[in-house]
Amino acid sequence: MKFWRVPLDSEEILVSKGIVYIIDDRCKGCGYCIEYCPRDVLEMSSRFNSKGYHPPSVKQPDLCVNCHYCEAICPDFAIYSLEAPANAPAA
Amino acid sequence: MTISPSKHPLDPILRTERIPHIWCPGCGIGTAFSSCLIALQSSGIDLDKTAVVSGIGCSGRGAGYVKLDSYHTTHGRAIPFATGMKLANPDLNVIVFSGDGDLFAIGGNHFLHAARRNMDLTVICVNNFNYGMTGGQAAATTPNLAKTTTTTRGNPESPFNLPLLAYASGATYIARWTMLHTRDLTQSISEAIQRRGFSFIEVLAPCPTGYGRRNKQKPIEALKIFQERSVVKNGANPGEVLLDFKLGITLGKFIDSERPTFTESYDKICRPQTAADSA
Amino acid sequence: MKPAVLTGEHFITGDVACAEGALAAGCSFFAGYPITPATEIAEHIAGRLPEVGGVFIQMEDEIAAMAAVLGASCAGAKSMTATSGPGFSLMMENLGLGLVTQTPCVVVNVQRAGPSTGLPTLGAQSDMMQARWGSHGHYEIIALAPSSPQEMFFLTIAAFNLSETYRLPVLIMADEVTGHLSERVVIPDASKIKLQSRPRPKGRKDRFKPFQPGMNGVAPMAHAGDGYRVHVTGLTHDERGYPSMTAEAHVEMISRITDKIRRNLDRIIMLEEYRLDDADVALISYGISARSSLAAVDEARCKGIKAGLLRLVTVWPFPEEQIRRLASRLKGLITVELNLGQIHLEVERCSAGTAPAYLVGHPGGTVITPGDILRKIEEAAGVK
Repeated sequence: MKFWRVPLDSEEILVSKGIVYIIDDRCKGCGYCIEYCPRDVLEMSSRFNSKGYHPPSVKQPDLCVNCHYCEAICPDFAIYSLEAPANAPAA
Repeated sequence: MTISPSKHPLDPILRTERIPHIWCPGCGIGTAFSSCLIALQSSGIDLDKTAVVSGIGCSGRGAGYVKLDSYHTTHGRAIPFATGMKLANPDLNVIVFSGDGDLFAIGGNHFLHAARRNMDLTVICVNNFNYGMTGGQAAATTPNLAKTTTTTRGNPESPFNLPLLAYASGATYIARWTMLHTRDLTQSISEAIQRRGFSFIEVLAPCPTGYGRRNKQKPIEALKIFQERSVVKNGANPGEVLLDFKLGITLGKFIDSERPTFTESYDKICRPQTAADSA
Repeated sequence: MKPAVLTGEHFITGDVACAEGALAAGCSFFAGYPITPATEIAEHIAGRLPEVGGVFIQMEDEIAAMAAVLGASCAGAKSMTATSGPGFSLMMENLGLGLVTQTPCVVVNVQRAGPSTGLPTLGAQSDMMQARWGSHGHYEIIALAPSSPQEMFFLTIAAFNLSETYRLPVLIMADEVTGHLSERVVIPDASKIKLQSRPRPKGRKDRFKPFQPGMNGVAPMAHAGDGYRVHVTGLTHDERGYPSMTAEAHVEMISRITDKIRRNLDRIIMLEEYRLDDADVALISYGISARSSLAAVDEARCKGIKAGLLRLVTVWPFPEEQIRRLASRLKGLITVELNLGQIHLEVERCSAGTAPAYLVGHPGGTVITPGDILRKIEEAAGVK
């Protein structure tokens, strides 16, 4: 994460890490999660789901901070994130 | 690692066997609905004592996807149906989830009167600026000059200012958000569910298939407009809130006030008082 | 709280008797809108409901009133509304919702002469076909026709019992004359009034199908707040209550809402016979017109004509079998009603040429006199 001014407690703050889950067959390919992910974790995939849409795929899993915004903005209940277990190796 | 069959956090209150829902790709109703479900799930209310009532139209399909007592009624009549439900069982939390055409054109009169009575309901209106289910006709919320299938040269009429309408009618909680402002929207819905009285929340949402296609608004572009033109002004005078894709969009919690609900007034005024009876 | 059943003898109008009948039946919710000549029902019950723990609300129109009545019923209340022609027209759409969602409630129509605003203060019986087919789509309905204030009381209780037993809106097709008529009404002791309640689900909540027919073809009803988390929709739906947009699902759903009535006709249809056993000519009538018919039967008998009366207490479902049997043994059937031939069409259909069907009708604004009826009896009996 880039800051224009480094917070004084940036060393102490534990940034949470998330794992993104995608339920392919619910996705309608609107791309909102990709566009509005604040950490640019997602990208449009080239694969098709059973309805013929391109669901997103995780491009940069290490960057997810489990903010749940993709989960909240998805109109189709097709994506969500869960907190990564502590000390989990980077996926 | 990304493909997982496990459960979405909202699955417990979704009728998952009916998902995917009927809403088009990029339609904002799903997001508004999702905010509503998050608010229901996180607000701590007894979900077995909660009913969702919808009218007809795209947003009106909401009732069909929530795994609570849910009633999909006739066009425009969700509010009076919900009124009967609330009065028959005041312990119920009754939430109306419907669209702008349903609540403000065919059902406009019911909205005015439920607000006037301060009926203890939470009304969530997804405003997508047109009639989506029937293919994109002009609505009471369609911007002036906008193109729809019934205004191909531009809408000659002007839209309602819904927060002002709600305020003039007597609503005691009024907020407006876009589907992009999911956190604020969820918080507003949660507040509205937990307070007494008539609460109204307008949610602006894109309709890519009906409205967007005819007005050169791609789904992402509509969201960009929501993002760039929106100004949050909590406590703003409802008479001065803007909803104009060029001039600006005013969002926020505009009104949060107290006055007796219908049931409180009815019990106080119409019922024989025990003290008076024994006197 | 005051008693819901005002046991004793009263001198009251049909409208007031109807309101008291509703309270005696356990009605706890009334939503209405003022309209002549049904307003007195709302006025009376507005004062009484809060005394007995119920709620009255005056809605913004009859559309809202009907919607609120359905909502209240879905939340567990015995609910009711009362109106007249123009309001009845506005209630038709939500009446359909009540039928297809199998929501018990009672709708009273104190009929006045129409179409449109018509004669607000004068009686008619010209909404009888609207009662049968006024909402769109195919369905079965129950409609009762009281012909005295006493019957306004008892039939309102019967209407609630039928609506609860068979889970549907039940209509009381009264008329202005009966509604505004003041007569002696005897209200029995509460213990003498038998009440029915809608069947309720038992067993596992997750396996419950809200529209799976049970006893009598009637599905048990879960209320909002019971924890069954039901879905109820006006769209064509399956037994789970989920929308199902196919012809097959539609056939099944329409069967569910029609079979429960058609299979229980014997329990639903109430008729009253007067001097029919040896009759040559039968009058078929209901409501206020049946009272003129009663006098006409006696006058005809004085003249030596064997006339009788079949009074339709239940008008819908129509007593087809009974009319067929009458037609097969009589010289003529005469329908007496305050319209220009609505129930007459049904009588004609059921007699199907086996006996001539006559009509003594009037479009409304007055009552039919025994003299008018007597002339038709003489014609039917071949007496000049």
